[in-house]
Amino acid sequence: MITIIDYGLGNIRAFVNVYNRLNIKTKIAHTFEDLQDVSKIILPGVGAYDQAMTLLNASGMRDKLEMLVIEQKVPVIGICVGMQILSKSSEEGSLPGLGWIDGVVKKFDPNTIPYKTRLPHMGWNTISPRNENLLLKGFSDVTRFYFLHSYYFECKEINDVIATSEYGNKFISAVNHENIYGIQFHPEKSHFNGVNLLHNFANLK
Amino acid sequence: MLYPRIIPCLLVHNKGLIKTVKFKDYKYVGDPINAVKIFNEKEVDELIVLDIDATTHNLEPDYKMIENLAIECRMPFCYGGGIKTLKQAQRIFSLGVEKIAVSSIAIINPKIITEMAECVGNQSVVVVIDVKKKTFGNNYEIWTHNAKFNTGLDPIIFAMQMEKARCGEIVVNSIDNDGLMKGYDMHLIQKIRDAVSIPMTVLGGAGSMDDIGTVIKNHGVIGVSAGSQFVFKGKFRAVLINYPTIIEKKELMDKYFIQNGINQICKS
Repeated sequence: MITIIDYGLGNIRAFVNVYNRLNIKTKIAHTFEDLQDVSKIILPGVGAYDQAMTLLNASGMRDKLEMLVIEQKVPVIGICVGMQILSKSSEEGSLPGLGWIDGVVKKFDPNTIPYKTRLPHMGWNTISPRNENLLLKGFSDVTRFYFLHSYYFECKEINDVIATSEYGNKFISAVNHENIYGIQFHPEKSHFNGVNLLHNFANLK
Repeated sequence: MLYPRIIPCLLVHNKGLIKTVKFKDYKYVGDPINAVKIFNEKEVDELIVLDIDATTHNLEPDYKMIENLAIECRMPFCYGGGIKTLKQAQRIFSLGVEKIAVSSIAIINPKIITEMAECVGNQSVVVVIDVKKKTFGNNYEIWTHNAKFNTGLDPIIFAMQMEKARCGEIVVNSIDNDGLMKGYDMHLIQKIRDAVSIPMTVLGGAGSMDDIGTVIKNHGVIGVSAGSQFVFKGKFRAVLINYPTIIEKKELMDKYFIQNGINQICKS
């Protein structure tokens, strides 16, 4: 069973559809009372950092989520802005993030890029998996995913980085620290590669 | 490596899909949900759906239809048509849409772009500019309400204003070339491409994969969108939803996509 956090951001139904096709049960959590019997958590997100934190704080689910993730070590994956709010803070906003993985969210700086680069970073890009992480099982340097963002998560511990991508400069596109995962791209909108990634997440122990 | 995006653009009229020529001569081409299902199987890069009735008839966006499309889409989905307020935009996002496209409201009230960008993130705010050549000379004007109303605005200046207002992407649609399937207006594309530094998608005129390739050759990482090209087949324009296979797309990229070459001009 996969619990998807509905705090008003992100394409919840797209995740449900993917898991339906994989014959994996899902549950959508709107309030903390829905966070019972949780074994896997998806924290989706489309939008701005402060907006995401404001909605998550207002949802009443944050305390229970922190208990599940930090104390009970339930596997969780943050997606796009859902990944970014795993950080301590972001250049995009002024609110503190969840701080579940050490690091900050930065804006791409076109001035450090040698050729003309447009923001947002939008479209299908490849990822380079760094080590044998089960979340990225079966993927290689030619696997493409859909990206849509202007900010990226720069985590502090190099060992937390499980994949990088390149947009002018190299940036971190997937992280993992213990039971906490984050990916900058959208698996729910990345056709079969995305389905495979969500399948991998469901299979994590 | 980031790739150019090849994007079918579907037009909704009376709950069905239609295709136009120069924004007129509506031809019914099928059911929206059915088309999305086919495009899922074909693994399209992205999908744009524009409801062309909403603004002209001053209707609310059809939320039920948008939701049904968003649920079905396994690719990024951009919806446009009838969006006038931040509240409508937020509601559409909550239905699972990745990007919202606005057009006439951006002209009437450019500030709304900034408000939307602050609320939902600028990456998700798209401005569609419908452009027509002036009767005399080489300049262009923006038209709205399905090319019935001439704003007299210069699309190049307007695109720059939209970037300043923090919109995330510009879609430039050539009214003159729409449905003709004789290629894009390369001059128009070049002018707007040079003027803004946000991502851009071009629409209007594609009649072959080489037309799409030519845009990619000149502009590298760009969105290339088409209607007729992906809903008609053959010279008699039989309705058949189509899209290049992964192999065909790779061949197209090998032929036309020059990364860090012409398109990615070195700064120094």
